[in-house]
Amino acid sequence: MARLHVESTINGEAQEFLCDANQSLLDVLRDELGLTGTKEGCGTGDCGACSVLLDGRLVCSCLMLGVEASGSEVETIEGIAGDEGLHPLQNAFLENAALQCGICTPGFIVASKALLEKHPNPDESTIRYWLAGNLCRCTGYDKIIRAVQDAAAKMSHPA
Amino acid sequence: MESYGYVAPSSIAEVLAVLNESTSAGRMTQLLAGGSDVLVQMRMPNHQPRTIVDIKKLAETNRLEVNAEGIYIGAAVSSAVMNEHQGLRKAMPGLLEAGDLIGSTQVQGRATICGNLCNASPAGDSIPALIAADGICDIATASGTREMPVGDFVVGVGKNALREGEFLLGVKFAMPKASTKDAYLRFTPRTEMDIAVAGVGVRVSVENGICTDARVSIGAVAPTALLVTTAADALIGSSLDEAALAAAGQACRDSASAISDKRGTAEYRQKVVAVLCKRAIAIAHKRALEN
Repeated sequence: MARLHVESTINGEAQEFLCDANQSLLDVLRDELGLTGTKEGCGTGDCGACSVLLDGRLVCSCLMLGVEASGSEVETIEGIAGDEGLHPLQNAFLENAALQCGICTPGFIVASKALLEKHPNPDESTIRYWLAGNLCRCTGYDKIIRAVQDAAAKMSHPA
Repeated sequence: MESYGYVAPSSIAEVLAVLNESTSAGRMTQLLAGGSDVLVQMRMPNHQPRTIVDIKKLAETNRLEVNAEGIYIGAAVSSAVMNEHQGLRKAMPGLLEAGDLIGSTQVQGRATICGNLCNASPAGDSIPALIAADGICDIATASGTREMPVGDFVVGVGKNALREGEFLLGVKFAMPKASTKDAYLRFTPRTEMDIAVAGVGVRVSVENGICTDARVSIGAVAPTALLVTTAADALIGSSLDEAALAAAGQACRDSASAISDKRGTAEYRQKVVAVLCKRAIAIAHKRALEN
């Protein structure tokens, strides 16, 4: 069967790609577009490593088809840093040593960005519930929570 | 071997035509809304290729309406979108709390309560909440639409009442009075990202301190979620006092036919469902008084 032609906006740029009807957005990002920052952990929507923003909404890219992104805006970890350098969340993760092996990190950063857009000053409980769908087997989560709090503080009171 | 196909029709008639043509041609189809169950099922070994029929492009399935005439939640409306609707939060806090328990923030960005209903898992959290809220399924058929109470929609483990060629457009409800409130509670070993050991959806109406109407539905303790009329009978006419709550809890326990699995034994589930029932009624009662 012919592959499907899809047009969407990825990290602010218009993109066209071909995909199979059953190909996930995750596989399209990694295998068709070379955006390998988005990771596959479980492939069943349980770990959050493949988190992306679809029209500003946090989703698992393994739980949607690539063709479903047609006409939508997708933001991946590759689109988080701006021209001026790393995003405050990325800096905060580095400064707080909120990563070890790094596989979960893109998902955590994307999910945290969505959180801070909705709740600029979240309390710890809000952060933990929001990030409950992102699994990390290295850090024990505490450093991640501190990093998100740090980034939230810096983003609301820039130095 | 047949390969997967994908169509995203923009009208009910087109969806019905695709379903009809596929049946005539002997091709399998899979309706797709949020996809949080469908995508996982597609990756199962030996999953047979089929035509995916995405129903998210229809105006009807994207309806989310809360007004004096009633409430309509289309089949493509995600839990995240429901959660952000203040009118819905006020009218049906219990249904929202059920949706809010299904999966992570990411999953809720896609998952729909109608999908949860169609998937018909015995542990689907939204189903007891939908039954307690007296939801009516709005089903698209070749000859128009037909309606069915949510309680009749799930007919077995993983089985729903949709006939070949039909699909679920949404669920609708009468607008509850301010003194009518719902609540949903479930028990899981973890507080997040887990599947219910037992769940209870309730709705109570309170006038002058007396319960004038009640609906109680239990989940994860039988092959399908059940409406427990004996529990409601124990509540109606009472002041929702401890004795009435205990009787309702006992009625839930008596109606359950739980199984034992890795999440809990049958005995434990029967016990927990009674406790959840009492607690959920207390929450709904408080909400009704605060209205």
